[in-house]
Amino acid sequence: MVIRIRDAAKLLGISVIACCAVLVCTMFCNFYLDIRQIEATVLPAQARIFYEAQVATARVVCLVSGGCLLMTSVVMLLFYIKHYIDVHKKELGILKALGYSEWRIAVHFWVFGSGVFTGTAAGFAGAFALMPKFYELQNKEGILPEIAIGFHPELLLYFVILPSAAFALLAVVYAAFQLKKPVLSLLRGQAQALSNKKGGRREAAGPFLDGLRRSTLRTKKTLAFFIFFASFCFSSMTQMSAGMKDLGSEMMGWMILLIGLVLAGTTLFLAITTVIRGNTRTIAMMRVFGYSQKECGRAILGAYRSMACLGFAVGTMYQYVLLRLMVDLVFKDFAGVPVYEPDVPVMLVSLACFAGLYELVMHVYSEKIRKISVKEIMLA
Amino acid sequence: MIEIREIKKSYGNRENRFQVLGGISATIADGDFVVILGASGSGKSTFLNVVSGLERPDEGNVKYDGRDIAALPDNELTAFRRETVGFIFQQYYLLPDMTVEKNVRMGADLAGNGDYPEILRAVGLWDKRQKYPAELSGGEQQRVSVARALAKRPRVLFLDEPTGALDEQTGRNVLDYIDKLHEQYQFTVVMVTHNENIAKMAHTVMRMNSGKIWQSYANDTRKTAYEIGW
Repeated sequence: MVIRIRDAAKLLGISVIACCAVLVCTMFCNFYLDIRQIEATVLPAQARIFYEAQVATARVVCLVSGGCLLMTSVVMLLFYIKHYIDVHKKELGILKALGYSEWRIAVHFWVFGSGVFTGTAAGFAGAFALMPKFYELQNKEGILPEIAIGFHPELLLYFVILPSAAFALLAVVYAAFQLKKPVLSLLRGQAQALSNKKGGRREAAGPFLDGLRRSTLRTKKTLAFFIFFASFCFSSMTQMSAGMKDLGSEMMGWMILLIGLVLAGTTLFLAITTVIRGNTRTIAMMRVFGYSQKECGRAILGAYRSMACLGFAVGTMYQYVLLRLMVDLVFKDFAGVPVYEPDVPVMLVSLACFAGLYELVMHVYSEKIRKISVKEIMLA
Repeated sequence: MIEIREIKKSYGNRENRFQVLGGISATIADGDFVVILGASGSGKSTFLNVVSGLERPDEGNVKYDGRDIAALPDNELTAFRRETVGFIFQQYYLLPDMTVEKNVRMGADLAGNGDYPEILRAVGLWDKRQKYPAELSGGEQQRVSVARALAKRPRVLFLDEPTGALDEQTGRNVLDYIDKLHEQYQFTVVMVTHNENIAKMAHTVMRMNSGKIWQSYANDTRKTAYEIGW
């Protein structure tokens, strides 16, 4: 078997994200479907307004958090598969050289869908566990008649079965696409691909460490993107949670914040572990030659800092535009809904938290590298 | 001078522990050209790693001019490697995403050596300084590895099977480069190999078996890389 369940188990990040997305979406969609069933019984004008607002909010939350998390899951899955192929290029190249077709190899990548299934199933079950408290909070003033929790099988299909199948298929198709590369290119690895680019950009003259910093970013673009993405998620989700507090309810705000932190933490963790693994050999050689831990950290890990800053800025803009659009679109018929404005203090707090978390994770990993013996890394 | 006293090294856990070095003592003079011979599994690479400061021995000490590197804390051991030793490995271990020049600067920048172009010329790679390792032959890659190690102006150069992955002609060329540069710069060479013929190039030959040096002698009839058999 090309891919083992153990490889798919490393998709914990995708499971966590899928779980968060399905938890939020199931809860709000279920609420939306259940509240729609009491529409005819909501007669007083004040209750009617409250009812419409609840329906609109449920729609916003599903669209914003579900959409954002879905996009995150897709990107992470594609990243992970690409990284898996990059790391196992030689083995996959040998299989191709032996005569296995790319589809025959790629079909084993369905296992990656199992990570999504684990996450979505856990999210779905978790949503039902939280639902009684959630329904109670959504109608705590008792303005609406009692809303009974119903089970809607279509939600199980849309949020668990279809995403798992779609992700398994996506993994297979993407792997087949990646495996279309010639056998020699897979066997010789990245460096060969680099040399094949006729007239490709050459290294500028200058000190080794500056060149290494540039080359780290240039040649490991997927890792740079992942760091960008982690800070994007952190920035957008944490700031979005503050917006949700104003537009929805406090509980919703906390939920988005919690999910945002879990999501950003998971993405950042995966990104940095991948960065370290992707640069282990370089770090080992630098240490053999006598470069200090600080110099290795600055050149390798420090190269990604600019991407993290960029991700944060884009995430801030993204969450603002998304919320502004959603508010303008969904609440367009409601009077007295305030214009959604950027919240600078929240942005600064989010930035400070992210900078602290980023540096902490980098420091922890820097220490982890220090403890590995040089020989251990060379033999890896 | 390098003084090695009773070094022992074992790997594995309690049940599967096996001793690789069983109490080795030796002395290596400054400027010496030492070849350590031994079959696969004799412990010669582990010996090289311990003497060069890549690994710590379980017991014993390795003294460079009286300073025991086995007792140094991590940061001082790093500084020792930076200032004192250079390495050449069988698998080259070049940085694949960096050009030949940048790979050599990896060593040169540590020593503040602005004359690294001289070494690139000496190993015949000046014209290929903008190439990536994957664009070079095995012999050329090993020459980059030689230039990188020498560019940091080491006092001691450690070589682990430097010709193991090369054909005869390329192997001879690489050894000849090392020999000439040794004559020119007078650094100490400690080379590990299983090729008996290469020992004829050495000043001192040490033979290892089962984690011990069982024979050590001075070679009075040195030969060049092109005079030895293969």
